Amino acid sequence: MFTSFSLAGIEMPDHLERLREEVRAFLRAELEAGSYTREPSGWDRYDAAFSRKVADRGWIGMTWPRQYGGHERTSLERYVVTEELLAAGAPVRAHWLADRQFGPLLLAAGSEDQKRTYLPRIAAGECYVCVGMSEPDSGSDLASIRTKATKVEGGWRVSGRKVWTSYAHRAHLMNLFARTAAFDEKNRHEGVTQLIVDLDWPGITIKPIINLANDHDFNEVLFDDVFVPDDRVIGAVGNGWKQVSGELAHERAGSERWLNAYGVLVHLLDSAGTHPERGSAEKIGRLVTHLWTLHRMSFSLAGLLNQGITPAVEAALVKDLGNQFDQDIPEAARQVLQEEDRARLPEEDRFNDMLDRALLYAPSYPIRGGTREILRGIIARGLGLR
Amino acid sequence: MSETQKLLTESAGRIFTDLCTRDRVEAAEAGTWPQELWQALADTGLTAAAVSEARHGAGAELPDLCALARVVGYHAAPVPLIETWLAEQMLAAADLQPIDGALAVGPVLRRDTLRLARQNGHWAVTGELKRIPWARNAAAIVLTAEADDGTRTVIVRDTKTIVEDWNYAREPRDTINLDRHRMSEDAVGAPGRGYGRAELFFRGALFRTQEMAGAMERVLELTVAYAKERIQFGRVIGKFQAVQQQIAALASQVAAGSAVAQAAAEANAAGLARFEIAAAKARIGEAVAVVAGVAHQVHAAMGFTHEHALHRSTRRLWAWRDEFGTETEWQAWVGTVAAQLGGEALWPYIVAARKPDLGAPLP
Ligand SMILES: Cc1cc2nc3c(=O)[nH]c(=O)nc-3n(C[C@H](O)[C@H](O)[C@H](O)COP(=O)(O)OP(=O)(O)OC[C@H]3O[C@@H](n4cnc5c(N)ncnc54)[C@H](O)[C@@H]3O)c2cc1C
Repeated sequence: MFTSFSLAGIEMPDHLERLREEVRAFLRAELEAGSYTREPSGWDRYDAAFSRKVADRGWIGMTWPRQYGGHERTSLERYVVTEELLAAGAPVRAHWLADRQFGPLLLAAGSEDQKRTYLPRIAAGECYVCVGMSEPDSGSDLASIRTKATKVEGGWRVSGRKVWTSYAHRAHLMNLFARTAAFDEKNRHEGVTQLIVDLDWPGITIKPIINLANDHDFNEVLFDDVFVPDDRVIGAVGNGWKQVSGELAHERAGSERWLNAYGVLVHLLDSAGTHPERGSAEKIGRLVTHLWTLHRMSFSLAGLLNQGITPAVEAALVKDLGNQFDQDIPEAARQVLQEEDRARLPEEDRFNDMLDRALLYAPSYPIRGGTREILRGIIARGLGLR
Repeated sequence: MSETQKLLTESAGRIFTDLCTRDRVEAAEAGTWPQELWQALADTGLTAAAVSEARHGAGAELPDLCALARVVGYHAAPVPLIETWLAEQMLAAADLQPIDGALAVGPVLRRDTLRLARQNGHWAVTGELKRIPWARNAAAIVLTAEADDGTRTVIVRDTKTIVEDWNYAREPRDTINLDRHRMSEDAVGAPGRGYGRAELFFRGALFRTQEMAGAMERVLELTVAYAKERIQFGRVIGKFQAVQQQIAALASQVAAGSAVAQAAAEANAAGLARFEIAAAKARIGEAVAVVAGVAHQVHAAMGFTHEHALHRSTRRLWAWRDEFGTETEWQAWVGTVAAQLGGEALWPYIVAARKPDLGAPLP
């Protein structure tokens, strides 16, 4: 029988259930103390104080070795914790990339010195990282980047321009992708190097790019002859592409791919009442079946990652379905509660704010982290079509 | 997959590979009962898979039966296996003896009702039941009937009033018309024992979901193979990006369908898990439009022929998504449950391994 997808079920051990309860109790207490509220932007909010609280609970760097400030827990445990935080709309954006991607990257490819310098600070919720991949002429075709790092005594001199860099204006470090060797059409994936850059170094200019929701979320980051010491090279010079490819399954499989508009569904259920008419019940029910499906698929993927398997195709496919779900929520919500109903919601009802944000951000989800078309290309390759 | 499941699915797979050939499926669709296939399944104990060991069956658990149902769907096997298992489960739940041979169950439509009453000192059932799977081929039809003292399970053996009909897959879906049909005492279960109509409906939906997952896997396999083989403009069509993107979308839907089928099978290891069944049938039913749609687009004219194998799976998907609740009916059911829960209670419910039954009525 055809077994192209390894998304088998996994047991949910009791200690995971207890961990969920622990996270929920923490969130309830924080909510009561007023340290966060459910907001339209959900988990996509920078809040250093909150990140430090999450760190205090041992929920950043959960899977990392203790010697680097980690907690040596399983990726399933990490999955459960992050999923609970995101579903509750807790403001965890500040440490998100450092925890999900940058830390694991350093563990896999970083030097001993880099691990010692950065990982404990990240795990303490005090060091935030952004990713500098995209450029004006390089989006999906990441190998074509032009930001150039030229070898000099003791390090590299970097010049170039990054765009769409989320939260560069709030982060401490950038994981910068730069060309350390000239582009060669035959070996297009070679000659790209990952560098750790302090964003307050001289020669770096960060300019806001305001998005369509009128928010300042991503940036343009200019590098004008910026000196980067040798010890800031991650892994091997020229090996950046390979290093980043290994991380993609982690990047794409998580619940952050389908919990961006979730707050809308929460508020929709409350605003639409306990007895929706048939058409509304169908639309709400459809969303709920998708939520349940995505949770199941992501959780199975976490189980595979936990066993050291990196299912790139399955991860791409979950991200594709998840991105669609983030777009489906506002679409369904605006049909269940239509303009006429929304206009009459009581003042204190947050549904309209939730819907605004979800609808305006909807286009971004199947773009960031690999566009829908690029993901489908990966799936097609996995099926042996390319 | 457990060891038992491996054994069962492998032995079923072998039988189907040998005996679900194109000619045999076509003959069955033309109305010939596939005796040889049924006999092989009976000989290996698969027809009695749902009968407990104490009652001399194979004693397969619900998740094992689900795994088997997937194989049935993958091979488009033209036999009432899951119907026979359902019937045996109904008999066991009602403390009635197991029955040899192919069995049918009902009512399968929520608006059909069978009434049971005593008349002139014996039991009699009355009602018109439509779309009963495989009724014409069944040694007995196990039905849930409404009596004055509650729901009872009854066994109808000798009905002469079958009107033959078919679903899109040309599987028998017959109408039985029972008019004060006389029942022997041992063909009637005790009141309040056995499945009610809702329980039968949920269980039917669970098995159809599994069959659909199997059929979808077959469709994906056929589609990928065809895309790698058909040449146009000097290259295999799978090299065209437009085709790749469509097949990737199909694959995502198949993966979602497999995942929910698996999830529902697991959830039902410890008692009937209604939410999971409802959500799974809704999700996989919704997936059919893309799965069948893309598969046919990629196969183009060849896939529209009777000759090609594709339609044996896609016609089943079209039929099965409508049986035991369409996707919109189940979506409405899930939506009703969610509305009862309210916003903040939804998440804990979704991720809980065992979900409390909120007792929502059928859609
Ligand atoms: C909100 C947001 C936040 C972001 N944050 C960051 C960040 O922090 N750091 C960072 O580095 N980048 C970030 N990005 C950039 C993101 O990674 C890129 O937008 C993405 O990789 C696509 O690149 P592009 O926008 O240049 O589109 P392009 O690559 O120009 O694509 C345009 C269109 O062409 C299609 N296309 C391109 N190539 C192919 C192909 N081979 N086959 C088929 N179709 C193709 C694409 O799918 C798309 O539909 C962010 C983007 C957004 C929207």
